[in-house]
Amino acid sequence: MSRGVRSALLRWGVLVVAVAGWQVVARAHGSVYFPPPADIAGHAYDLWFSGPVGHAFLTAEAVDNILPSLGRMATGFAIAAVAGIALGIAVGRSRRTYALCNPVLQFARAIPPPALVPVFVVVFDFGTPMQLASIVFSAVWPVLINTADGARNTDPLRLEVAAVLRLTAPERLWLLLLPSALPRIFAGLRLSLSLCLILMVFSELLPGTANGIGFTLTDAQSRSDLLTVWAALVLLGALGHLLNTGLLAVEKRLLGRGRPV
Amino acid sequence: MLRLDSLGQRYGEHRVLHDISLTVPDGQLLCVVGPSGCGKSTLLRTIAGLLPAHEGTVSIDGDPVVGVPDRLAVVFQDYGRSLFPWLSVRENVALPLRRRGMARAERRNEAERILERVGLGGVGRRHPWQLSGGMQQRVAIARALVCRPSLLLMDEPFGSLDAQTREDLEDLLLDVHRAEGTTIVFVTHDIDESVYVGDRVVVLSAGPGSRVVLDLPVGLPGEREQIGTRGLAEFVALRAEVGRTVRG
Repeated sequence: MSRGVRSALLRWGVLVVAVAGWQVVARAHGSVYFPPPADIAGHAYDLWFSGPVGHAFLTAEAVDNILPSLGRMATGFAIAAVAGIALGIAVGRSRRTYALCNPVLQFARAIPPPALVPVFVVVFDFGTPMQLASIVFSAVWPVLINTADGARNTDPLRLEVAAVLRLTAPERLWLLLLPSALPRIFAGLRLSLSLCLILMVFSELLPGTANGIGFTLTDAQSRSDLLTVWAALVLLGALGHLLNTGLLAVEKRLLGRGRPV
Repeated sequence: MLRLDSLGQRYGEHRVLHDISLTVPDGQLLCVVGPSGCGKSTLLRTIAGLLPAHEGTVSIDGDPVVGVPDRLAVVFQDYGRSLFPWLSVRENVALPLRRRGMARAERRNEAERILERVGLGGVGRRHPWQLSGGMQQRVAIARALVCRPSLLLMDEPFGSLDAQTREDLEDLLLDVHRAEGTTIVFVTHDIDESVYVGDRVVVLSAGPGSRVVLDLPVGLPGEREQIGTRGLAEFVALRAEVGRTVRG
C-alpha cells in the first residue's frame, strides 16, 4: 500500500466508517428525525448546488442564504483581524501598556461571546450591523491578546540589533515586531475564525434576520423541514473545516519561509 | 578616536564597571579580555549607546555618545538570534543600507558585493537558518561591514564556533581590518584569540566593579598566520602575561 493511500485512510477512515454506519442505521430505522446521510447530501445538492454553470452551480437559494452568511463572516473576520493585530501590536510594544491593559483584556476575553449579542441587539437593533458587531467583538480578543503576547516576547537581542541598525519605527514594526509575532498572530486568527462561524450562525438565529444559513436553520425548523436542518448543519461543518484548512495553508506559506521546518 | 573617561556602570546596587579610562586611536584593533561576568558585554553595550553611562563619558572623535552613534556596527555572539530568520541572507545584509536612502537594486548589489568579500558569494537568496553556524556569523559580519563603519564592536563573535571555523573567521577579520582600517573593539574570553587578533589587549579584573588591570601593546608582526604566529616566542610570552593577569 502506497504512503499516500495509507495517510488518506488514516485521515478519512474514521469519517467514512462513521458516515457509512450512520447511513445503515438511519436507513434501517427510518426515523424522520434522523434522515440517512445520502438523503441529506442529495437534499443539500438540490437545495444549493444544482444551479446553472454561470452561477458556479449555485442555486438562487444558495445565493440568497449562503453568500450573505459568508459575507458577514468574512467582513467580521477581516475587521477583527485588522483591529486585533493593530491594537495587539500597540499594546504589546511596551511592557507598561501591556501591564496596564492586560487585566481589561483578560476580562473582556472571559465573557462568553454569545452573551454579548443581546447588548448589540439593544444598541443596533436587529440587522446586519448588530450581526457584524457581535462577530467582531467576539473574534477580536484572541487575535489581540495573542498578537500583544507575541510582540511583547520579541527577542531582546533582536531589539538591540534593530537599535544598532537604527531602524525607523515603521521598519522596526514591519521587519521585526510583526514577523516575530506572526506565529502567535496565526494562533489567534485560528481561534477567532471558529468564533466568527459560531457568532455568524448565532446572530442569524435571532428574529429580524431575513437571510443566511442561521435563518435557513430556524426557517426550516419552523416548517419541521428536518432534512434542510440537517443539510444546513453539514454545510456549516464543511464550511468551518474548509475555512480552517485555508487559513492553515496561508499560515504554512507565510511562516515556512522564515523558520526551520 | 574612541575615548572612555572614568566610565562606571552599575545595575541597581550592583557595580559592574569602575573608573575605566581608555583611548583607542583610529584603526586600532583592541581586544578586551576578562573572566566571565566581568562586564565585558556591558562595556560594549555602553560604547554602542545601548546603555547610558552611569558615571563618566564615552566619546567618539570628541562627540559624547548619546544613543547609537552613526557609522557604528556591532557583531553579537549569538548569530542565530541576531539575524532575522524571516529575511533572506541578502535582505539581512542590506538592512543597514536602508537609512542611506539607497534604491532597492543598489542595496542588493552592495549586499552581494560584501557577501562575496566574506566568502559567501551565491548564498544571498537563502535564509540564515539554511547555513552553518560559521556561515551565519559571516553573514552577521557582512551586515556589520556593509555600511562601512568607522567603529566596529564585536561581542565574543567567535565564541560559539568550532576551532577550525573560528580560525578562519579570525583571519577574515584580520584581513578586513588590514584592508579597511576600521577601528575595532573585540571582546573575548579566549586569551589566545585576543593576542592573535589584537593590536593591543586590555584585561579587565573580575567583578564587581571591574577595572583595567593590564593594557598591553601586541608587538607581533602585522602579517599573522595561524600556525606560525602562535609558535613565536613573543606570542607565547604575551599569552602567558595576559593569562596570568586574567587568572589574577
